Amino acid sequence: MSAAAPGYVSPVEVQPVTQRSVIGSEWFKLTSLRSSWLALVLGLGALGFLGGVVGFFLNRDWDRMRPARQAAFDAVGTSLAGARFAQLAIGVLGVLFVTGEYGTGMIRSSLTAVPTRLPVLWAKTAVFAGVTLVTTEIFAFVGFFVGQLTLGAHSVPLSSDGALRAVIGTGLYLAVVAVLGVALGFIVRSTAGGIAALVLVLLVLPGVVAILPQTWQDTISPYLPSNAGAALYDLRPEPGSLAPWAGFGVFCLYAVAGLIAAALVLNRRDA
Amino acid sequence: MIQAEGLTKAYGGATVVDHLTFSVRPGVVTGFLGPNGAGKSTTMRMMVGLDRPTAGSVTIGGRSYRNLPAPLHEVGVLLESRAIHTGRTAFMHLRVLAATHGIPRSRVLDLIEMVGLGEVAGKRVGTFSLGMTQRLGIAAALLGDPGTLVLDEPVNGLDPDGIRWIRNLLKDLAGQGRTVFVSSHLMSEMALTAEHVVIIGKGRLLADLPVGEVLASTTRASVTVRSPDARRLETALAGPGVVITRSGPDLLVVTGLTAAQIGDHALAERVAVHELTPRHASLEEAFMDLTNDAVEFHGGTPAAPSETLGVSA
Repeated sequence: MSAAAPGYVSPVEVQPVTQRSVIGSEWFKLTSLRSSWLALVLGLGALGFLGGVVGFFLNRDWDRMRPARQAAFDAVGTSLAGARFAQLAIGVLGVLFVTGEYGTGMIRSSLTAVPTRLPVLWAKTAVFAGVTLVTTEIFAFVGFFVGQLTLGAHSVPLSSDGALRAVIGTGLYLAVVAVLGVALGFIVRSTAGGIAALVLVLLVLPGVVAILPQTWQDTISPYLPSNAGAALYDLRPEPGSLAPWAGFGVFCLYAVAGLIAAALVLNRRDA
Repeated sequence: MIQAEGLTKAYGGATVVDHLTFSVRPGVVTGFLGPNGAGKSTTMRMMVGLDRPTAGSVTIGGRSYRNLPAPLHEVGVLLESRAIHTGRTAFMHLRVLAATHGIPRSRVLDLIEMVGLGEVAGKRVGTFSLGMTQRLGIAAALLGDPGTLVLDEPVNGLDPDGIRWIRNLLKDLAGQGRTVFVSSHLMSEMALTAEHVVIIGKGRLLADLPVGEVLASTTRASVTVRSPDARRLETALAGPGVVITRSGPDLLVVTGLTAAQIGDHALAERVAVHELTPRHASLEEAFMDLTNDAVEFHGGTPAAPSETLGVSA
């Protein structure tokens, strides 16, 4: 210390920066913004209760449904219908958790406090993915039980084939979406661009691939991020889908690739 | 001690900071001066590892900022562009930064009081005035009780009371033996706080000297002469190295002659003189001289006034 300030010796006790202390800082950051709470409440609310609403109306209209739809009915998937909205809320919050810092200039404070930079990326990822995993696992179970309750006679127990995997898989899928959101935020740095990139990856790509020739679709489609991830929680998969855990593994690889790209640009660019 | 060695930053083809070499000593306030766009902010961002130099280096206590194990404890930074998330409260902004260095909550609270934001600590920064944001930025810079301070335009947006507070604070911090490096585009402001100045223009070093010597570096000492027969006097005074500017029907501003010499000339020509006032260049003018004619100064030749009306040679 004395080398830095020959004339001044500080009486204040200060610890060196560690990955652990940066995680603590990111925890304060996430919990001290209104946008975090708003997005989490929206996402978790949809995950926990949208399936119940869908189940209620489906149960009421069951007799008027076409036989084909009755045959395609999936009690587990119906109760987890909110996951589609939750993935947007979680993904957008992941982007915003990063781009909010770039937009306001906060990133410069963050990076002067942690000049090695990468600990900020790891800490943001760990904190946000961790919070997402814990909360979405809880609300996926809430969604399942509320959904089965409203489905009445058409409900299935948690012990039914694949149900537990689908419920736990929903939380895992959303946690990886959280990682993707953070990575895209660091890569793109602007809120609008980051959200656009997220929507492109999760929602637009499958639609784009759907207009390709069938043989191409069959080759590409299972490996698209959202389709690969869906293999884990979708109990009525499209023909040709990857096996549940293989699909989830592919989805995780996308997130890892995103993190590597984020680490490279974070290190290289001026802030 | 901050040491810049051949520090250079180029964006595309434009060189914003051009081979800066200087050092900043502890114990005094060092002003960092230059017109807007001179490269001050870029230089300061390179000091704290936000921008990577294109060439050269800058070290703090002999080490690169990125290699400091507890950077906030060694260098306090205030950046010109506000670097604060507007959605967070003042208290949480400091808490977030403090957490990275294990700085306790009690120090955060002390600093909020010290900068005078106690009343609004729980308010979101988005509702703050520029002056309040600036005070919060100062608190953040002091969080780790650093031995070196790098402050970009700290008086920006402050009211007169706040400006006086900053001046005293800077002197106190330097008095405690800290290295204090403060940028400004106002020479007059630096004259009140800094003992030493580093002046840059177009990214290049123009001067690195004690404030007292800035005046000596300019040639712009002039004499104001009021005479009913200014035109005849003007002709009489003309000579090599004398520059005469008419600033009114009966008013001349003369450089290159002393008041005594002008009086003697007037007497010889029998021209009435109603006013004869020697005027020393202000620090601001000295600063303008340095920065206006960056190239001439760089070459070591005395700067020649260029924006005058009645030049006689």
